Amino acid sequence: MELIVALGIGVLAGCGVWLVLRPRTFQVVIGLSLFSYAVNLLIFIMGWVRGGRAPIVGTSAPVDVASFTDPLPQALVLTAIVISFATTALLLVVLLAARGLTGTDHVDGREPEE
Amino acid sequence: MLLVLLLGLPFAGSIAAAFFPTNARNAEAWLAAGVAVGGLAIAGSFYPQMAYGQVLRFELEWLPAFGLSFALRMDGFAWMFASLVTGIGFLVVIYARYYMSPADPVPRFFSFFLAFMGSMLGVVLSGNLIQLVFFWELTSLFSFLLIGYWHQSAAARDGARMALVITSAGGLCLFAGALVLGRIVGSYELDALLASGERIRGHALYLPALILVLLGAFTKSAQFPFHFWLPHAMAAPTPVSAYLHSAAMVKLGVFLIARLWPVMSGTDAWMWTVGIVGLCSLLLGAYAAIFQHDLKGLLAYSTISHLGLITVLLGLNSALAAVAAVFHILNHATFKASLFMAAGVIDHESGTRDIRRLNGLYRFMPITATLAMVAAAAMAGVPLLNGFLSKEMFFAESLTVEGPVETLNRALRFIAVLWGMFSVAYSLRFIHGVFFGQPAAGLPRTPKEPPRWMRFPIELLVLACLVVGILPAITIGPILDVGVRALLGAEAPAYSLAVWHGFTGPLVMSLIALAGGAALYVLLQGFLRRGVEKIPLFPPVDGRRIFDRVLVALSWRWARGLDALLGTRRLQPQLRWAIAAALLAGLWPIWQRGLQWGPLPSSEIHPALALAWAVGAVCALGAAWQAKFHRLVALILAGGAGLVVCLTFVWFSAPDLALTQLLVEIVTAVLLLLGLRWLPKRVPFVWTAAGARAALPRRVRDLAIAAASGAGLAAIAYAVMTRPLPDNTISRYFMEHAYPEGGGTNVVNVILVDFRGFDTLGEIAVLGVVGLAVFALLRRFRPAPESTEPPPQQKEQSAASAAEDLLVPAIIMRLMFPAMALLAVYLLLRGHNLPGGGFVAGLTLATGVILQYMAGGTRWAESRLAIRPVRWIGVGLLLAAATGLGSWLFAHPFLTSHTAHLHLPLLGELHLPSAFFFDLGVFSLVVGATGLVLIALAHQSIRD
Repeated sequence: MELIVALGIGVLAGCGVWLVLRPRTFQVVIGLSLFSYAVNLLIFIMGWVRGGRAPIVGTSAPVDVASFTDPLPQALVLTAIVISFATTALLLVVLLAARGLTGTDHVDGREPEE
Repeated sequence: MLLVLLLGLPFAGSIAAAFFPTNARNAEAWLAAGVAVGGLAIAGSFYPQMAYGQVLRFELEWLPAFGLSFALRMDGFAWMFASLVTGIGFLVVIYARYYMSPADPVPRFFSFFLAFMGSMLGVVLSGNLIQLVFFWELTSLFSFLLIGYWHQSAAARDGARMALVITSAGGLCLFAGALVLGRIVGSYELDALLASGERIRGHALYLPALILVLLGAFTKSAQFPFHFWLPHAMAAPTPVSAYLHSAAMVKLGVFLIARLWPVMSGTDAWMWTVGIVGLCSLLLGAYAAIFQHDLKGLLAYSTISHLGLITVLLGLNSALAAVAAVFHILNHATFKASLFMAAGVIDHESGTRDIRRLNGLYRFMPITATLAMVAAAAMAGVPLLNGFLSKEMFFAESLTVEGPVETLNRALRFIAVLWGMFSVAYSLRFIHGVFFGQPAAGLPRTPKEPPRWMRFPIELLVLACLVVGILPAITIGPILDVGVRALLGAEAPAYSLAVWHGFTGPLVMSLIALAGGAALYVLLQGFLRRGVEKIPLFPPVDGRRIFDRVLVALSWRWARGLDALLGTRRLQPQLRWAIAAALLAGLWPIWQRGLQWGPLPSSEIHPALALAWAVGAVCALGAAWQAKFHRLVALILAGGAGLVVCLTFVWFSAPDLALTQLLVEIVTAVLLLLGLRWLPKRVPFVWTAAGARAALPRRVRDLAIAAASGAGLAAIAYAVMTRPLPDNTISRYFMEHAYPEGGGTNVVNVILVDFRGFDTLGEIAVLGVVGLAVFALLRRFRPAPESTEPPPQQKEQSAASAAEDLLVPAIIMRLMFPAMALLAVYLLLRGHNLPGGGFVAGLTLATGVILQYMAGGTRWAESRLAIRPVRWIGVGLLLAAATGLGSWLFAHPFLTSHTAHLHLPLLGELHLPSAFFFDLGVFSLVVGATGLVLIALAHQSIRD
């Protein structure tokens, strides 16, 4: 199972990086989106994910820590997801504004000369 | 404690002065004068302790781990300086009240002036080297602001910049020197430093420390070869010049040299550097001063020369010479301040400072002229004035100097006499050129006596020159004694302050200098009358031109060159380098130590998730393939990949993440769909062999980077997942304390709103900022011309079809809204104990709102549902911050949470943690920010 997830992360990251290096703005937006999936997953699996229960503890002490998945990476990733939405939005708007200003959707604001 | 008050008073005054109205000249002057007098009074009250040779200290721990504390230390020498700084400061304030024109914004002037005074006091009172350097740099900064006070004039700006660059560069050297000294001594405390003279002089690092510290002192005191900033700083208002160049700024350099005299002097290196630099400045300044046509320029070069004198005296390695230096510091401050003020009066009343144009002013302003003459005579070293006394001491020292080179020792007496002649000549020029001769015609203003109180500071200072000059032993004697004993300690020599020592060598030298100076002035009359801007026999080296060239080379040419060499404005190479660098940074440790899989066996592959990931991978690859030509397809495929990520979160027991991911997927998809409309049409792809060949290397390279990045992350992920988690992670703490201390069972949520609440506060602030930034950017958004046309679908749509097109889904969407709002509230309320929380709830509500926009169109939605996203953002941020601040009321740290147990009549037992209100803030902000972004983008379609 671990292999599958690891490969998935690799594919997402690879596609993301490839797109980020492309010349058109929309490709970069999609690329960042894919790349953030990969990174979020990577952070997430840094905690203990094997077959634990969701980190919702009972009210009666004590807590058997080993039986839960790790809550800390989850908390980190949760905000990361929201923030990556925010950056995607900002990037999109900047790109739209740049396109309005320069008339092209090339990342450098002008078409390559070749 | 009074020490702190002495230091704090000017800074407090500075802040207060900044808030006065622009034309409040009188109020400002009262305030500043009050501060200066207050400082002087505090300093005066220390006199008894100082006379007994006590050292006052005040210490406040700042960084005890580094041995740094905020330390004030006042001994007699510092006391003498503090009195000088506040005393002359007081006089300058009175003068400035009348000098500044009503059109000048005086709050700025007095604010900077007081801050500068405070920085000066900070330097002289610092009990710690690092702190001294800090205040030293502050004086550079405030002198920059003061010199550039009339920033509308280019000369003021250039002069200020030059002063700042030179003195702060010197300040950096001083900082380095202070660090070296601290290393030698093992402490940055001044007391420790002053107690370890032997150690410093014998240390291998003595020379570097000496050079670095002296660089700081020489730049500050405008000593050769850094002297050229001082004449350019004359673009400052005259009160500033009178203060900076007599009692304050430039005296700091010699203050530092004097301060370090007991511990660093006595070596040949000291004598060579300090003595020679002082000699150069002494001669060069005096000589150049003769040929200045600007009154203030003349005074500026004379200042360089007199500071050179003080430096030479300190460099002679003789305790008596050091006494003379301290004495001259006081004398120079009095006569030079009064001369600057007199020059300012002349400028103020006649409209020019050009000696060539000024003539015969004695008739118009006899009192000012008399005052200026006395002060200039003191500068020239005429007997019965204070300048004479310290000059005599210098002459006496020049006869007995014991330097390493015999020729130089013998030459010094001639150099001294030559300097005396130059001083007499430029002083004569100041007096004769301005006040005597035919009355000047064609001046911009008809000169007259200045207001009574504008002259008062000059009168007082000139009186001081006279009194000290006639009765030195009983007037200045005790003050000098305090300063000298504190500075030199046991080494303090016996000296006598008397006007008449008999017919001695120094007196003869004085007489020669007076006669020679007068003769020189007469000889030069012809040249000076021609009025050329040239100094004869002077090498054509202009410090200013060198400075400008260095500055241009450093800040423009080299910077441009480096930018051209290493920089690019294209995004792709930048990103490529960034990713490649990250890749290498990741590979480095793997290459060093290898990468092994962990010991845990892989768990059984479940077909469902494997299938999902097969779909996910295909989606990702498809998105990467299609993002250029089929944006919509790519968007859908990327969404598919996102859903698989979401499924993975569910699979690995992360319900909160899955919920958030799902909602963010929806919102992102809507967002990108809204954006698609404004992107240009893609020109259909034409495959050409040449094009493909040209693009091939680039693509292969990018593909390699992408594949390597993916493979690397996959390998790391696999390696991590096959290892057991270390036993004692912080998560364990969070798990165990979530309920007992956070009052919630959903540990993820408790971490977000309680344990790591401060992080979350920062994150929602970012979210709010992004929302506002998007909003601001879109207000100025101008679409490209070809996108302004409505799309064909919209054009061919009649009003009726618009209403009917999505009739059924639209009605369902409308009906969904209350349900979604309720769901949002539900998710918010249960968030602390079960999956949910502010982020998810906020996204849910925002999705509900945007659905209404989609169902009915922007106008329809807004006529029924007034969402004010900016308010939601504001309320959210305020609520979250207020929850955090609330804990201060109960004397707990920021964001400490508390769980209230309420018993409500109908609902029964209720646990209400304060973190709930924080989560409510998060919720409100997320609704606002998400809504703002989507609505702002949606509005673009209906803009006019």
